[in-house]
Amino acid sequence: MRVAERRPLPLRIRTDGIAPIVALLTVLLILIAFVQPDFLAPSSLMSFLGRSAPIILLAAGQYFVIVCGEFDLSVGSLVTAQVVVAARLIDSDPSRTWPVVVLLLAGGALVGLVNGLVTTVLRVPSFITTLGMFLILVGAVYLWSDGAPKGGLSEEFRRFGRRAIEDVPLLGRIPYALLVLVVVAAIAVVLTRSDFGRTLVAVGDNPRTAELSGVRVVRTKTIAFMLSGLAAAVAAILLGGYSGVSFQAGVGLEFGAITAVVLGGVALGGGRGSVVGAMLGALTLETLFALMNFAGVSGALRSTVQGVIILLAVAVSSLRSSSSR
Amino acid sequence: MTALAAVSVLVLAGCATDEPTASPSGTASAAAGSGTGEQSKFFVQADYDNELALLDATPTGPADKPWEQVLNPKMVDTAKYKKPGKHKICFSNAALNNPWRQVGFKTMQAEVEAQKSRISEFVHVDAEGKDQKQIADINDLLGKKCDALIVSPNTTATLTPAVEAACQAGLPVVVFDRGVNTTCPVTFINPVGGYGFGHVGAEFVSQKMKPGGKVLALRILPGVDVLETRWSAAKIALDKAKVNVVGVEFTDGDPAKTKKIVNDYIQRYGTIDGVWMDAGAVAVAAVEAFQDAGKPVPPINGEDQLDFLKLWKDKKLTAIAPTYPTYQWRTPIIAALNILDGTQVSNPWKLPQPTITQDNLDQYLDASMPPLHYAMCGCTDLPGYPQRWK
Amino acid sequence: MTALSLRPARHAVPGVFVALALTLVIGWLVVLLDGGQLFNQSTTVSLLHVAAGLGLVAVGQTLVILGGSLDLSVAFVISLSTLVAAEAMNGSDGAMLPAIGLALAISAAVGLLNGLLVTKARINAFIATLGVGLLLKGYLDNGYDGPAGESAPALVRTLGYQRVGPVPLSFVLLLAVTAAAWFALSRTRFGHHLVAVGGDPEVARLSGVRNDRVLITAHVLCSLCAGLAGVYLASRLGSGAPRVGTEGLYDLESIAAVVLGGTALAGGRGGVLGTVGGVLLLASIDAVFNQLEVDAFFKQVIRGVIIIAAVAVYARRAMRKAGS
Repeated sequence: MRVAERRPLPLRIRTDGIAPIVALLTVLLILIAFVQPDFLAPSSLMSFLGRSAPIILLAAGQYFVIVCGEFDLSVGSLVTAQVVVAARLIDSDPSRTWPVVVLLLAGGALVGLVNGLVTTVLRVPSFITTLGMFLILVGAVYLWSDGAPKGGLSEEFRRFGRRAIEDVPLLGRIPYALLVLVVVAAIAVVLTRSDFGRTLVAVGDNPRTAELSGVRVVRTKTIAFMLSGLAAAVAAILLGGYSGVSFQAGVGLEFGAITAVVLGGVALGGGRGSVVGAMLGALTLETLFALMNFAGVSGALRSTVQGVIILLAVAVSSLRSSSSR
Repeated sequence: MTALAAVSVLVLAGCATDEPTASPSGTASAAAGSGTGEQSKFFVQADYDNELALLDATPTGPADKPWEQVLNPKMVDTAKYKKPGKHKICFSNAALNNPWRQVGFKTMQAEVEAQKSRISEFVHVDAEGKDQKQIADINDLLGKKCDALIVSPNTTATLTPAVEAACQAGLPVVVFDRGVNTTCPVTFINPVGGYGFGHVGAEFVSQKMKPGGKVLALRILPGVDVLETRWSAAKIALDKAKVNVVGVEFTDGDPAKTKKIVNDYIQRYGTIDGVWMDAGAVAVAAVEAFQDAGKPVPPINGEDQLDFLKLWKDKKLTAIAPTYPTYQWRTPIIAALNILDGTQVSNPWKLPQPTITQDNLDQYLDASMPPLHYAMCGCTDLPGYPQRWK
Repeated sequence: MTALSLRPARHAVPGVFVALALTLVIGWLVVLLDGGQLFNQSTTVSLLHVAAGLGLVAVGQTLVILGGSLDLSVAFVISLSTLVAAEAMNGSDGAMLPAIGLALAISAAVGLLNGLLVTKARINAFIATLGVGLLLKGYLDNGYDGPAGESAPALVRTLGYQRVGPVPLSFVLLLAVTAAAWFALSRTRFGHHLVAVGGDPEVARLSGVRNDRVLITAHVLCSLCAGLAGVYLASRLGSGAPRVGTEGLYDLESIAAVVLGGTALAGGRGGVLGTVGGVLLLASIDAVFNQLEVDAFFKQVIRGVIIIAAVAVYARRAMRKAGS
């Protein structure tokens, strides 16, 4: 019953946790407005949101895992594997598009299920589980495809990530990826406000207390991993559509997603933060990359700029939250 | 607080790094105007001049087998390595982690199969892109009674001590692709090289585009020797043509990142008049970025990967494909067998490095092969073609 | 098994040595059937060299993980250290010791930064060290377009290639560092405090441990170990290499080795001896697969499975122990 008593707490934090990331995003957007005013034109902004959809989705998926106190390092390799598998199975045949889409979603959920069960039932720390899964997926996909992606994606498959509804009044254009994002984001928000969402935060906050108060920790965490796997599958469909087949499709996305989630005010270790914050964190990172493109920051120095901003942002927000206690 | 700090960092970094693209270039180029920054310290003028001369040189050797041809041969004696019977050939491979190396290695395996009457055993060790592991691998192979050792080094400078140790063990060493900083191997095999590659692409792009137009240079990674030479040669050509290099960006070979970069540059500059790339891996993504933005695709260079060649033909691009031919993976086997026969080989063994142009595009475009297959594999006469490469 | 579990957890010889012995015996048999020799001189030397490089990093990583922290910046520290060492030496034996000192000092400074970010700025170690890694990556990408500097010939001769029988000097160095770390952990106040902080920071603080100082020290020591690995690699490679740390995947592999060695990722439990076992296990798998010419990608799958399986076994044991 203590879980029930705790309910108001996560709800309150949910709203104030995103203030820093909103501030940072606003500043970046103002800077872009100076450097590249037409970036903020509706159709350009829509395209930007569309191309940022995959990483935002990954951040949303990662949120569920992180808020219950775990990690998912396998999402990047899962995206790569899914894109390569999709190309080989579709083999440029449009009629196979939908079956393969369904298969990818099922595959993503399955990988999440395995991650979840190994972490909860076998009690392997999720860092290790998903690191192992990362190695397995990358190795397996290279092995299966003999070192070079084969086949090709159909135009129907690529449409989701690459095309848009054009000539929309006011907005200019609406990328399909953005539609997918809006739907998934809505589902994610609804989920976090449901009982499941509160249980998830409670589990991350204190697994033992949650367990004692009757929460099924194993099931909750496993579902979180499956959500992350599903999000990775959707991201893979959009990313494969956006940029085509390659082994590089998902490289480094796990770190990007985790960074985004933390930037968005979600505590690693669980128990604190909101999915909106996580998605805004991803959007902020993408905005930062665009700003660096527009401002002409030298390619080689970009990681330094990225590192400094991440460290400062996280330090400031963690010092703020610890001093306010 | 966060925001303020972040802004100041970004502004600082932005200001400091605007310099390289804005300042006139240094050592290598006399061209004024928009420069591409200082020349790499690995740039060697003599090698550059040599490679550019080799691009036009006439090779010796069978006309239909470029992997057996040599540019400017300098024969060395190999009588002391002569050995009867079948041979055990060992190969220390830098990595198999990209399609170029995959296609190359399959070609090499096929060559071994084609020569199986003379090769008793072929041992392959993959260093997985790790210098440290390759050094250990070479040492390990020295204990395996190999008759000849082939090395494709992961990094030129850092593999040098290990290759020297192998030479001292007394067996003939053949190095290919990247070189080493020692003359001890019997021969070093590679095509014309990175300067030639970078020059061909940059010269084409700068000549086909409007004079003084805006060029975007897309590179894979910093710090990889073969890619650095391509870029340093391209710099000279671009500066000489007095085009405006508006950006030099690293893509990590990631097509999504490439599309985002190109898209943002199109937005920033309105148009981009030419694209130069140091490798073809993301050429298709770059072209797509222009298509998706509704802009004409400017003159661009790719490589001999089939997805690019196909797109080039279908969309009638103004394009060129300098190559770093994968057929060079056949040559080390041939060279090792020649050496064990005591026949002379050329050192260095410079292979021709053909360029795919509009005129010969159809000759290389085989739509039945996988999208990331390299057209210049020289593998059509080998056992198992085409299934082995599919 | 029972004998092992009777000992106190911290001093237990982890099951990794059982796995190591099994791997070596099975590997030796399989390689023999394949017509090869696993334990010939050159293979053993190669195996120990690979183990020495990873081992130095992993011993340092053990310290931070024991304290409940983590270091994802080690790969970049290694690259940086090879460059600092090789450039400062510039091929001269006279400059060897000062150059090594400089490389270690700079590495320690990075460790100090990591430690301060984790403790004083209260950034989660994962993000803090990832961020510091990005800072270093930018510096390396921007400053170097390839290998630079030249290691002192004396260093290359000794640390790089000298060996005693089949045992390279570098492996002796690893054993020495391991012994020092073992001593620090089990016989000094710092060690006890570190384990206490990793076990339960709150309890440690209440019992008078200065958590921040202990963690900062662990981070400095971890980066020092990575710096030392960098010096060793500079001696192997003959020069500094800006990508050697990342290409070697030293960040993830060192964490994998630590965990294989039985140290709990959450901190507070484990030790450096197990880590060396984990390193030797990874290197042995490498060696066996090398002899059998197993596809590198297949090997990666196997590695993933082994890492998960090993940790699952430890978890099972820990549960049983807790239940008894």
